[in-house]
Amino acid sequence: MQPIIQMNDIQKHFGSVIALAGVTIDFYPGECHCLLGDNGAGKSTFIKTMSGVHKPTSGDILFEGQPMHFADPRDAIAAGIATVYQDLAMIPLMSVSRNFFMGNEPIRTKLGLRLFDHDHANQTTMNEMRKMGINLRGPDQAVGTLSGGERQTVAIARAVHFGAKVLILDEPTSALGVRQTANVLATVDKVRAQGISVVFITHNVRHAMAVGDRFTVLNRGKTYGTANKGEITPEELQDMMAGGEELATLEGSLGGTV
Amino acid sequence: MSDISQTDERVREMSKLRQAMIRPELGGIVGTVAVFTFFILFAGNSGMFNAQGVMNWSTVSAQFMIIAVGACLLMIAGEFDLSVGSMIGFAGMMIAVFGVTLAWPMWLAILTTFAICIAFGALNGYIVVRTGLPSFIVTLATLFILRGFTIFIPQTLERKTIIGGIREAAEGDWIAPLFGGTIFRGFFQWLGDIGAIDVFTRGNKAGQPVVDGVPMLIVWAIGLVIIGHILLTRTRFGNWIYAAGGDAQAARYAGVPVNRVKIQMFMFTAFCATVFAVCQVMEFGSAGADRGLLKEFEAIIAVVIGGALLTGGYGSVIGAALGALIFGVVQQGLFFAGVESSLFRVFLGVILLLAVILNTYIRRLITGER
Repeated sequence: MQPIIQMNDIQKHFGSVIALAGVTIDFYPGECHCLLGDNGAGKSTFIKTMSGVHKPTSGDILFEGQPMHFADPRDAIAAGIATVYQDLAMIPLMSVSRNFFMGNEPIRTKLGLRLFDHDHANQTTMNEMRKMGINLRGPDQAVGTLSGGERQTVAIARAVHFGAKVLILDEPTSALGVRQTANVLATVDKVRAQGISVVFITHNVRHAMAVGDRFTVLNRGKTYGTANKGEITPEELQDMMAGGEELATLEGSLGGTV
Repeated sequence: MSDISQTDERVREMSKLRQAMIRPELGGIVGTVAVFTFFILFAGNSGMFNAQGVMNWSTVSAQFMIIAVGACLLMIAGEFDLSVGSMIGFAGMMIAVFGVTLAWPMWLAILTTFAICIAFGALNGYIVVRTGLPSFIVTLATLFILRGFTIFIPQTLERKTIIGGIREAAEGDWIAPLFGGTIFRGFFQWLGDIGAIDVFTRGNKAGQPVVDGVPMLIVWAIGLVIIGHILLTRTRFGNWIYAAGGDAQAARYAGVPVNRVKIQMFMFTAFCATVFAVCQVMEFGSAGADRGLLKEFEAIIAVVIGGALLTGGYGSVIGAALGALIFGVVQQGLFFAGVESSLFRVFLGVILLLAVILNTYIRRLITGER
């Protein structure tokens, strides 16, 4: 199977700071690829390079085998790379339906006026939400009344509905409770089953282990390589994220609770 | 993981009352009913509700409405414009300078004034989105700059701060009647003839109705409210206005051209201020350097009474129009009821405070914040 995105030897420098020092990762359709790393490891820079926010200093991005140069995030979205940011996915004061179609409003022409097709938007939103397991009071319910996990789910459903082939989730579970996290992970599972390539950024090994097919650990702008599911234990991942031994001693004094 | 399809048992069904509460127009509707009830009871016989009285407070309300529509859409898009009042003075003065001092044809004076004022609106917006400064500060600067020019230009050209003769200069012009003049004159003449409204009994207007038609000011106000309401609730651009004010960064990530939306709303606000100014100079026949003073705050107050949040992302044009109606009815009604007019300001302060508190509560209802 051909990878949908290949990131080859990506380097990104911000002035004298080397944020990414040559990262190579492939992403396949229908897999959930977890990108792990501690704060400052370069996860954010890496996904921003993928989603067109940053241009790599060197290295190639191949999308479906073709070299891609994204001028801005809109190019990446048009190509089918959608990013869901943790707390910037939705607008709380707007209805779910208005949020769902934000930037992609359906149009119906009536009396020569190009109007927002609310009927279509409401119906589609209710259907998509039902598929994702969220029962809304109505399409005009404000997003502010949804839980954090539900908001992530709406954002994911939106990206999928508008034809995302690659879905980048930036720490979708880091601010959520146990139950909401479970809901989001279940959503990731559904999306993967539709043949979409999911890039799941997290620093929580347990969340990664729950849905990941492959795992890549970033540390100080480099990767430690990619491991398949079943080839690596949570402890090994945790140690790699922390850069090895420091965490081992910590673990000793805390009784292995980290 | 399996029970996600169930509804969350902790979310109670919203009662119909609560659902009605989160409509932005609610405060405006309740306020309008309250205000009319009050004045019908206490000023019902004062002439406030005969043809002349109705036209009196309708005209004042329409003035507020014209600037409130612009301020409303801009506030929902997340910005303020404090230069509206100065813009009104400035636009009126530009028309006088072009049309009277320079003796241009009135249509050219009006169109040029629109172009200049909308350009100032665009500049306001451009500076706000480029620098990321609060629009409060940027437009406060514009407030002083425009007011300064409004005094400086006529002083320099004519050695006075009021320029008259606009009505004469507008005589026979084809654009001026769109802002001056009245419509449905025949209908009002007929109402007068059948005795539905009073007619003048003496003087050279004898036989003509006391109200000769609907002023264009009111036509503009109703037109702008309808256009603003459709734009906001029924179009793609309207969704972008809500999104730009609700959370600009999230809107940008979703592909909404936030900067363009904000700049265009500043331009629309400037357009509304200019409409107000043109109607005003056509009515008075003169332009004065002190026109439009404090109008920016009156527009914002009408919008807030109408249920919009000062923080943006939520509000209603219909609500703002009702806010303007309340404003106009109370201001003129206190006069009809024989109440000391300075108390109007007390009322304004109190109702503004109540509206802001109510809006904050409604915001919590919508977003589920505690």
